[in-house]
Amino acid sequence: MEVLFGITGKDFALLAADTNQARSIVVLKRGEDRTVDLNRHTALAYTGDPGDAIHFTEYIAANVRLNEIRHGHEASPNAVAKYTRNALAGYLRTRQAYHINMLIAGVDKTSGAPALYWSDHLANMTALPFAAHGYASYFCMSTMDRLWRPNLTLEEAIIVLQKCVAALKTRFVASLPEFKVKVIDKSGIRVIDVKFEK
Amino acid sequence: MEYNGSAVMAMKGDGCVAIAADRRFGVQALTLGTEFQKIFQMNKYTFVGLAGLASDVITLSDQLRYKVKMYELREERPISPETFAHLASSSLYEKRFGPWFVEPIIAGLDPKTGEPFIASTDLIGCINFAKDFVVSGTANSQMYGMCESLWEPNLGPEDLFETISQAMLNAIDRDCIAGWGAVVHVITKDKIVTKHLKGRMD
Repeated sequence: MEVLFGITGKDFALLAADTNQARSIVVLKRGEDRTVDLNRHTALAYTGDPGDAIHFTEYIAANVRLNEIRHGHEASPNAVAKYTRNALAGYLRTRQAYHINMLIAGVDKTSGAPALYWSDHLANMTALPFAAHGYASYFCMSTMDRLWRPNLTLEEAIIVLQKCVAALKTRFVASLPEFKVKVIDKSGIRVIDVKFEK
Repeated sequence: MEYNGSAVMAMKGDGCVAIAADRRFGVQALTLGTEFQKIFQMNKYTFVGLAGLASDVITLSDQLRYKVKMYELREERPISPETFAHLASSSLYEKRFGPWFVEPIIAGLDPKTGEPFIASTDLIGCINFAKDFVVSGTANSQMYGMCESLWEPNLGPEDLFETISQAMLNAIDRDCIAGWGAVVHVITKDKIVTKHLKGRMD
């Protein structure tokens, strides 16, 4: 029942992940952060097997950091996404394949051009202007098809996100009360507080 | 093979070859993207189209690119499409009991003679050399039907483009998980023409 959203705008990318940690029919925790910062201009949001997801994202974050220290150069979101896919695809055909679905979003630190990558647990990856993971994709891709356009401002992108969550509220059986929302732009990654109607 | 959906085909012409693919990226019935690359240029005259699991399309295209570059550095000459077909075939057979879920289409001109070449292989690398056309992907039966009725021998580059485009567009309209636009490359000795086709978006 986990849900992720990603939306790109004019000079930023936005990631939203629901904060319910559930197992079967039981909610174990509210306020779980399912996002990871990979470098100053790239963030990742994930769903999947919690153990796999934490282990894999920590591995990726550490290696992206190591690469940055080694080469003295911050990798672009494009490079980070492709590195991540390669790692996941490498594990796919082993006995310890990671069951993790991801959205990787970021901006080019000089031009500010946004990038958003969608990847599932089979390491199928593609760049998209907007994306969703989990059951939300069945409900909200059409909402975003309708509302998304190139060069969205942050305010407009937040409205798109709110409309997506509203669509889930009316038609999706599970309740997803809170979302962690991250905005990535030239100045870095920040968490923003978005109000969703009850 | 049916997880993402795809349609790739290639046709021989007179001194030219054409290769075409759809552009959909989706997971089963859910379409997520319409700009997914399934055809990769390996060198000046050789193209490979990969139909099947999108993850393996990316992995295998990277791996083939690496192998072609290493071959060309070692041999100091471009790889011929026929040799490339055997390279792709052995790369696939290497994984005989845990295969890549892709069925490649190879199209190109011989770098020395300019002779057109097309071939397809199955997911474990059994090569099918053809004198007319090859198809691969979830829309394969529709593509066979269209190619059988539209293709004729000795088509020039313009006619070949028209033939492959019509065959591709009409085949993918009858497949739910392939389509959403297509890309066509027409390869002749002196130039490569790449065109994007608009298709039905349903």
